[in-house]
Formats: sequence, structure tokens, C-alpha cells
Amino acid sequence: MSLRPLTSPWFHAPAGHEKLWLGVAILWCFVMSLMMPYWHFRGKQNSSGEAYAVMPADFLARTEKFVEANRVGTFKNPTPNAFAAELPLVEPPAGGDAYLVGRMWQWYPALRLRQGETYRIHLSALDLQHGFSLQPLNMNFQAVPGYDHVLTLTPTSKGEFTIVCNEFCGIGHHAMTGKIFVE
Amino acid sequence: MTSVSATLPVGPHSLAAPATPKRVCATTGLGVCLDAQRFIKLHAVVGVVFLLLGGIAALLLALTRWQTVHLLPADWFYRVLTFHGINMLIFWILFFEVAILYFACTTPLNARLFSRKVAWVGFALMGVGAVMVDWVILAGKADVMMTSYLPLLAHPAFYLGIILVAVGTLVGVFNFFATLYVAKRDRAYEGSMPIVTFGALAAAIIAVVTLLHGAIVMIPTFAYSMGWIGQPDPIWYRIIWWGLGHQSQQVNVCAMVAVWYLLSHVIVGARPVNEAVCRTAFALYILFINIASAHHLLVDPAVGSAWKIWNTSYAMYLAVLASMVHGFTVPAGVEIAMREKGYTRGLFGWVVALPWRNPALSGTVLSVIIFGFLGGITGVTLGTQQINIIAHNTLRIPGHFHVTVVGGTTLAFMALAYYVIPLFFQRDFIWRGLARLQPWLFGLGIVMLSFGMSFAGSMGVSRRSWDIDAQGVYGSAAHLWLGVLGLGGVLAFVGLLAFVLLCVGTLLFGEKNHGRPMADWGTPPALAGAQAGSLADNHSATKGTIVLTLVFLACFAVYYFANWKALADVWPVR
Repeated sequence: MSLRPLTSPWFHAPAGHEKLWLGVAILWCFVMSLMMPYWHFRGKQNSSGEAYAVMPADFLARTEKFVEANRVGTFKNPTPNAFAAELPLVEPPAGGDAYLVGRMWQWYPALRLRQGETYRIHLSALDLQHGFSLQPLNMNFQAVPGYDHVLTLTPTSKGEFTIVCNEFCGIGHHAMTGKIFVE
Repeated sequence: MTSVSATLPVGPHSLAAPATPKRVCATTGLGVCLDAQRFIKLHAVVGVVFLLLGGIAALLLALTRWQTVHLLPADWFYRVLTFHGINMLIFWILFFEVAILYFACTTPLNARLFSRKVAWVGFALMGVGAVMVDWVILAGKADVMMTSYLPLLAHPAFYLGIILVAVGTLVGVFNFFATLYVAKRDRAYEGSMPIVTFGALAAAIIAVVTLLHGAIVMIPTFAYSMGWIGQPDPIWYRIIWWGLGHQSQQVNVCAMVAVWYLLSHVIVGARPVNEAVCRTAFALYILFINIASAHHLLVDPAVGSAWKIWNTSYAMYLAVLASMVHGFTVPAGVEIAMREKGYTRGLFGWVVALPWRNPALSGTVLSVIIFGFLGGITGVTLGTQQINIIAHNTLRIPGHFHVTVVGGTTLAFMALAYYVIPLFFQRDFIWRGLARLQPWLFGLGIVMLSFGMSFAGSMGVSRRSWDIDAQGVYGSAAHLWLGVLGLGGVLAFVGLLAFVLLCVGTLLFGEKNHGRPMADWGTPPALAGAQAGSLADNHSATKGTIVLTLVFLACFAVYYFANWKALADVWPVR
């Protein structure tokens, strides 16, 4: 009885339908448990969480250096956005490192990547935590101040991608966008 | 009533002891401790007040994210979002859960509450803390969301208020443990505690672990906000905060499952098919649920993949297994009880014969279905290390937890209120027609809201964002789903308002039922020739339930692998 104390011995092994369901449920949990390591070896989407401690000012300095060395133009935002009206357009070397900074309320700089090449994108935030959300692809990562979050990305589709901030970072949060172009 | 050994005198904390303030419930025949009754009432009423506050905030938010209406300005949207999250996820649920704990340690055990003074202290701390937090949010000094991720900083009173609520809850939980101890010591009952109390005990143990995490994270953050110490590391904060944040929701799961067992027993006389299995499942929650906090850190830097895979796969699925066990044992208990009453036709004749006009039944059934099918399946999928890449911080996340915490826990607590008010406040419900409709309105609204969020989220719409038009990437489909979210939110709010009006109206104007049984909501009668207990040893009498659970598993597998397919379509990332 659910509401009364149990006075008779109540332990007995599961049987019948209950045993069947327990078996099926345990089996399903095994399948799910194996999917993650399986995908780690056979799948391609596995963020490893590679990261290094870094002071926000140092990260900004590295980003500025990266922009200076690899700048190929200027991205002028055709849609009105006070926080990302104009960004330097930067093309990292194929297989090389790229730096991307999230700050209120802008992703800096705009990147130009090549389809099929692999890049190490260094992602960090300068002030608060920001959410890196690449649209319309819908890939999402966390950008945290003090951490250089390294994403080894291989763009496999061409086009213009918008980085949206999806971690609350103040009043201009909804307008915090950036750009990645893949050619 | 439990028989107490005649040779040994009972102690002062048994209700059977002379001069104990108690009454006998006219409906159930159980003894009710009057001290416990007072605090059950007090916590439940205050909980419902916070539910209403959070609900008003919910309506404003739904009407803002419904992009066509877009009601609130940006600053008030984030303020109200913070207010909504904290009032709903913390205040409403914690107050109601303390009420459940005080019930579970007294009436089913025939025991007297350990201490009135301790209960007052806990209640006062929780109340003061909650008012402080709400005040500081509405004053615009804590627009930090429920997670308040550092370095985002709120006014110190925000952290202090949360600490007070946590300490107050711990005091209440202590009173619960102490009551369990004195009830056993004073031989208030014989044998093992009933499953309702056992479930509440599991919830209380998880609550202690949760609140300790809260202390570890909130006390340094408070000190930092006062300028006493340097800034705590943001990743450290995230890891420990989720030991509080995710686990607190597992306290709800435990309490909700205990309520399922309670209500299915009260309404149709269901009992667990196998007590050992049900209790083991509760123990799995206690042992493994802490690890599910890793859910929230799957695309964070500085947390390695081995840690993520270990926590979210091998260990977390043991907690998922527990939910899958309860998802079978609760309906199986109902099926057996109904078959023993003579409703034996076909696979689902017992389902048809359930008292559907009883809002506690419809609320419980909807809670089980919404929690299991929508909440459970989405939760496990989103908590998969790799799949999280396409869901993290999108509207899919609130799409998931609104069906677990609102469609599951809140609906179960609402269903419980249809018995709590007649039995503890001793007044029969007014407007019974509206009451019969209420769980359906609320459940349907929440399901629509969740579908709107989940589909918009799978199109990349982020959570906690005031506007999607400024980003220039979302098309008409995303707008359509945000409209569904808005409509669902309005419908759910109507259901919530109906619930609050029914409760308040009944407390003020309901007919008193002192000394007579409560008005019946609908209990299925035993048919001629039926024999109670006749299926106790028949382990294959749950044909309908096994079919339902296998359908559930099929849905689970389809959704799970569809998400792997969606993941395989995005860019490779290491």
C-alpha cells in the first residue's frame, strides 16, 4: 500500500512484464551509453573542450595581431546593426589559427574561410560570457572570459553564416552578431 | 491504521500517544498531526502565491517572444525572465515540496512533527529570502537570469536572498529527517516506511546535496559582490552552479514520482507491483543524478570529453533507467488495481474505465505522459555529449524543461491540490466543472508552448533573447513556431489562473467538510465478482502497460536517432 507502512516482507525479484520492461530499458540505456564513445571514434562532431587559460587583454592583443596580419578587406553590414556595422574581414591561412572575440555586443572580426580546409578557431570573451551560435547551421559553443576555447572546424558548406550570441549578456544581447563567409 | 505493539508504550512523537494535538481524517481514517497540518497549509498557500507571480511573468514573456505581439521592452523582458525563472523553479516548487515533506513524514507514519519552532524558523528564512530576491529583481538590480553566470553580477541582496531560501529549506528538510527519526524511535509505525515517504526521503537527500552545492557557489559569489574577495573563476562557477541547478530539478522529479504513487493509490487504489524495484529506482536517483549536471557543460571549454562522456553516458543513464522504471510501475499499479476491480476488457478497457472526470486523475495521467514522452525523451537526447552542439542555449532547452518541470512536476502538484484542499483545509471545491477542465487546459497549453520552443530552437532560435529580427537570419517558419509558443503560453496561463482561482475561491467560499468525507471526485467502483488482491501474484496482468511502454521506447529511439542524423549534417568539429 502506497500510504501505509509495509509490515510483511516486501522483497521479491521482478517477474513477468516488469522483468521484460526492465530488461528492455537496461538494453536501451546500453545502446545510448555506447553511442557517445562510438561517435567519438567514428563520427565527426565531437567538441573536445580544448582550452587554455588566458587573460582577456592578452587574448585581445593576439586577436589584433591576427587581424593585422591576415586582413583582406572590410565587412559592411547591409542590415542596420549599431554593434556590427563594420568589421575587418580576415582570412586565416588554411590549416592555421584564427581568433574570434565576443564582447558587448559584437563578434570580432569577420572571418573568411575556405570550404574543406580545417581551422583552429580560438574563441574567447572579453567581458561577460557569450554564446557562439553559428546560423543557419545551428552549431553552438560557449565563450568564457579567461578561457581560450579552441574549436578545430572544417567548413563543408559554402555561403554566408551569421554568428548569433545565445548567452545573455545585457541589453544589446539580441543584436550581437558576427559573420563567417565560406568560399 | 498501523497496529502498535501492545506491550511497549509508544513515545511522545507517535500520534497514538495521549494529549497529542491531532485529528482523524474523515475521508481516509488516517491520523493527521495538527502541527504538520498548519505548516502544510502555510507552505502550500505561499507556494501558490509564487506560482501566480511566476505565471503572470510567464504570460508577459510568452507575449514578448511571440514576435508579432512583442509586448515588453528589452530591459523589462530580461528582468521579467529572471523573475519568472526564480519564482517558478525555486520558490513555487520549494515551498510546495516542503509541504509534501511535512505530509510524508507525519500522516503515513502516524507520527507527530518533530518541532514547531524549527518549522517556523525554516518558513521565515525561506519567506524573507524569497521576498528579498523578488524585490531586488523588480527594482532592476539583478537582471542576471536564474543562472547568474559570472562575471555577470547582481546586487548582493540577490545572492543573500537565495542563500536564505536555501538555508530555510535545509532547516525544513532537517525537520523532516528529525521527524522520521523520532517516529521510528517512538514506534509510531511498524515495518518499513511506505513508498510515498520513501520517495520524499530520496527527494530530501538529493535536496541536501543540492543545497550544499548552492552554498559552495553562492557564498563566494555573495562575498565577491560585496567586494570582500576576488572574482571566482567563471568555469568553476558553472560547474558548481549546475550541481545546484540541475539537481534541484531532480528533487522535483523525486517529489513528482512520489506524488504519482500517492495519487494513483488514493484515486484507484493502485499499489506498486514490486516495492523492491520501485525503491531501487529511487535509490538510483540519489546515487547518480548529481552526475547529470554535466548536461549543461557539454560545449564548455576546459571540461574534457572523457569527463563529459563518462558523466553523461555510463553514469547518467542509470538515473534515466530509474525514470523508465517508474514510467512502468506507476501505470502498471493502476492497471492491476483496475483489473482487480473487474475492468478486464481487452488491452485498454481499464484505461477507458478510469475516472476521467476526476481532475487529480487527469492531472496525474497528463503529468506522466508529458513528463515521460516529451520531457524524458528530449532531455536524454539533449544531454548527449555530441548532440548538444546543435541544441545548447537554443529554445530547445526551455522547450525540454517546460515539459518536465511544468508539464510534469507542476501539473502533478496541481493534481495533488485537488486532494490537499479538501483533506487538509477541509473545504470542498467550488466550480467543479472548471476544475475538471483545468488540467487539460494547462497541459495542452504547456505542450503547445514546448512544441513552439522546441521547433523554433531546432531552427537555431536562441533562448533568453528579446528579439530575433535584429539578427536577420530567421525566416517565417521560426516566426510561426514562436507564435505557437505564444498561444500555448496564453492557454497555459489561463489554466494556471483557473487553478489559482479555484484554490483561492475554495479556501474562501468552499463548503466546509469537517467531520464528513470529502466530496468524491470520482473513484471507479468494484464491479460484481471482482476480487481485491486477486492479481497479486500474476506478473503478466499488465498487458496494456507493457504495450504503452514499448510504444514509448519506439518514440524514444526514433527521436534519438533522428537527432544523430541532424548532427551528422553540420560541419565537422573537434
